[in-house]
Amino acid sequence: MSTLHTVSNSPFENNAFKSCLDHVTAGDTILLIEDSVVGARKAGSFGKEIGKALANCRVCALAPDLSARGIAADTVLDGIELVDYGGFVDLAAEHERTQAWL
Amino acid sequence: MKFGILVTEGPYQHQASDTAYQFTKAALEKGHEIFRVFFYNDGVNNGTRLMVPPQDDRNLQKNWTELAEEHQLDLVVCVAAAQRRGVLDASEAKRAGKDADNIAPGFRISGLGQLVEAGIIADRLMVFGD
Repeated sequence: MSTLHTVSNSPFENNAFKSCLDHVTAGDTILLIEDSVVGARKAGSFGKEIGKALANCRVCALAPDLSARGIAADTVLDGIELVDYGGFVDLAAEHERTQAWL
Repeated sequence: MKFGILVTEGPYQHQASDTAYQFTKAALEKGHEIFRVFFYNDGVNNGTRLMVPPQDDRNLQKNWTELAEEHQLDLVVCVAAAQRRGVLDASEAKRAGKDADNIAPGFRISGLGQLVEAGIIADRLMVFGD
């Protein structure tokens, strides 16, 4: 019974990403979209939390939203998978439900 | 697989409508079915045909309308949210005593029951908001 969690707000703006991290369970996937992709940067301050989530979850980021914000793929935290919109659709289909953290 | 799409944010202020459009397009390209796209709260502003964005910018209403024409999508605007924001079809305009309507081609006005139905019938309900 896995869930795809989508986060759209920047983690510097509100607690949506933090709440999401507190609720994910093993086998879930977190997909960072829109402004939330800024949290995926190596130089950011979420490496520890994302590393913890990666122990039993997948963490992905929407590649077009990274490039729209000038974030190069090689500056993204190790372990985060980059997906395009087709990959977003596949993730939604693979998981039994989706939860949008707004 | 059947997808339901919920858009709760207006065009251009937030990215939600853009993301919902790109997701819908990608799902259709992969052979999935879009049961319905429901526009709620400020999302109803995606359905006015009077938007005139600069020519070098994307026209979100036109994008939705063209995608709906191509794939026979059901684009539904919440009636209560639409009335508050001045998104009207001919019969709503007449009923409210207004001199014009502005609903875009491919969109229709209906109630929240349509969202509930999408939640029941679609395999996944995708929420795009802010």
